Amino acid sequence: MKSLLLGSAALAMTASFALADTVRLGTEGAYPPYNFINDAGEVDGFERELGDELCKRAELTCEWVTNDWDSIIPNLLSGNYDTIIAGMSITAEREEIVDFTQGYTPPSPSAYAAMSDGVDLEGGIVAAQTATIQANHVVSTGATIVEYPTPDETVAAVNAGEADAVLADKDFLEPIVSSTELMFVGEDVMLGDGIGMAFRESDAELRGKFDAAIATMKEDGSLNTLIEKWEVGGTW
Amino acid sequence: MRPAIFSFCSDPASLDTFRWLTCYLSTGKHMGFYVSFGTVLLLLAITAPLALAFGFGGAIAARAQFAPLAWFGKGYIAIVRGVPDIAFFLFFVIALDQGVEWLRHQVKCPDWDEPIRQGNDFIVCSVAKMPLNSAPQWMHEVYGFALAVLTFAIVFGAFAANVLYGAMRAVPRAQIETAEAYGMNRRQSFWRVLVPQMWVYALPGLSNLWMVLIKATPLLFLLGVEDIVYWARELGGSKTPQFTDYPHPDWRMWYFLALLVFYLAFTKLSEVVLARITRRLSYGQATVAGAAQGNGKGNGKGNGPGTGRGHDKTEGTLA
Repeated sequence: MKSLLLGSAALAMTASFALADTVRLGTEGAYPPYNFINDAGEVDGFERELGDELCKRAELTCEWVTNDWDSIIPNLLSGNYDTIIAGMSITAEREEIVDFTQGYTPPSPSAYAAMSDGVDLEGGIVAAQTATIQANHVVSTGATIVEYPTPDETVAAVNAGEADAVLADKDFLEPIVSSTELMFVGEDVMLGDGIGMAFRESDAELRGKFDAAIATMKEDGSLNTLIEKWEVGGTW
Repeated sequence: MRPAIFSFCSDPASLDTFRWLTCYLSTGKHMGFYVSFGTVLLLLAITAPLALAFGFGGAIAARAQFAPLAWFGKGYIAIVRGVPDIAFFLFFVIALDQGVEWLRHQVKCPDWDEPIRQGNDFIVCSVAKMPLNSAPQWMHEVYGFALAVLTFAIVFGAFAANVLYGAMRAVPRAQIETAEAYGMNRRQSFWRVLVPQMWVYALPGLSNLWMVLIKATPLLFLLGVEDIVYWARELGGSKTPQFTDYPHPDWRMWYFLALLVFYLAFTKLSEVVLARITRRLSYGQATVAGAAQGNGKGNGKGNGPGTGRGHDKTEGTLA
């Protein structure tokens, strides 16, 4: 009898293990305040807190994975992780390959930052991160673009004089402008349709869970609280 | 808020330079950096012998008398040597990973009726995932590391195969003929005469490969392994005070300088060790270096080849 009980307990345990499949969240870890690696070497930032809360609400076990921005979509498609939560703006171009949840931040402005005022933003050299909406925008303005694999390198390029200005999300540039010699120049530009989580197109079920969790966070105002805490653009 | 090793690290902004640096260099993030040096060394320690084994196998296959095996060996050498490393690393690893998952899928989920490729997506049933989604992160890292080792071994194995193939042909024909004269069969003369003698011819080529392998380790990051170059870039990038206790401007130069010192020191050490191995392997060999060594030692002992040559000379004058 006792062994029977033990046996069924073991069975129940394996069954629950099989059910509790971990959801792997892919992020870049180089884009404060959205996501970055903190001093302890862990993923931190607005999206870390948001992702953890969403997983709690959707009753999922989640794990964080970092991946280079360049290959972040291919690695999602080949199944290395299950979703991208990395400050990725919702665009029509990306919608063709992946599916997004509703935006968890409203469309936010991108801005130019430079060492001095009066930089030629349409004829000069502008730095942007590879495969971003900002990079696409720079190309459309007629400026010469220099692309870098990480956001940090785009800023370093301006400091080193390799580029006249950098175009990036304003929320990303804000802390840098406030603590270094860089300054905002020109007009802000509105790009993209807000930031969402990206899923494989075949993964509608998981996307639905996160989409619903985002909706509840919008309703009870906790998403706005998070946005204000990390200063990532406008609230809902 | 964060566990620090030194108790005075709780408020870094108030510290003097030395203590600040002590705290800064002992953050969890820096520990990741230090560990990654171990990762690189471990990769080299596993990859080098494995690549040598691949090379040895490839060389034996290439000189096999059974034609298909020779084609396979020569094909392996030609194809892998011809494909750019970076293309190989990007394509092959994804293909290998998907191949493994496809095989597991065929075995574990025979009833699955959905297609594996849906548009851009590659989907196998969840129990066929490698490693499982529910596996802890370290298992994913070990798996990524294993893929990296295998890829490096295949690439460098092809180069090593070419080197060994050449080295086997460089062993003087007379040595094999002598072995045959002693009645050794093909297998015996290969293992007892050819293999022990070929290393000295292979060593210059192999030492080049070892040096290139050391410097190729930053390709690890392409494979998702967080290596020293990844950490140097991450740690060196400028940090604003909002997101760290240790804000600093762009320090990448210093981090990459440290990497430069590491690589130079490591390649220097390798050169010393390789020179020693060359000396060791040359001893008693039918090469210029081997003969020179043989003379030196022989004279010292008083009854080596040197003495023999003395006799020759005497005989010469007599005649």
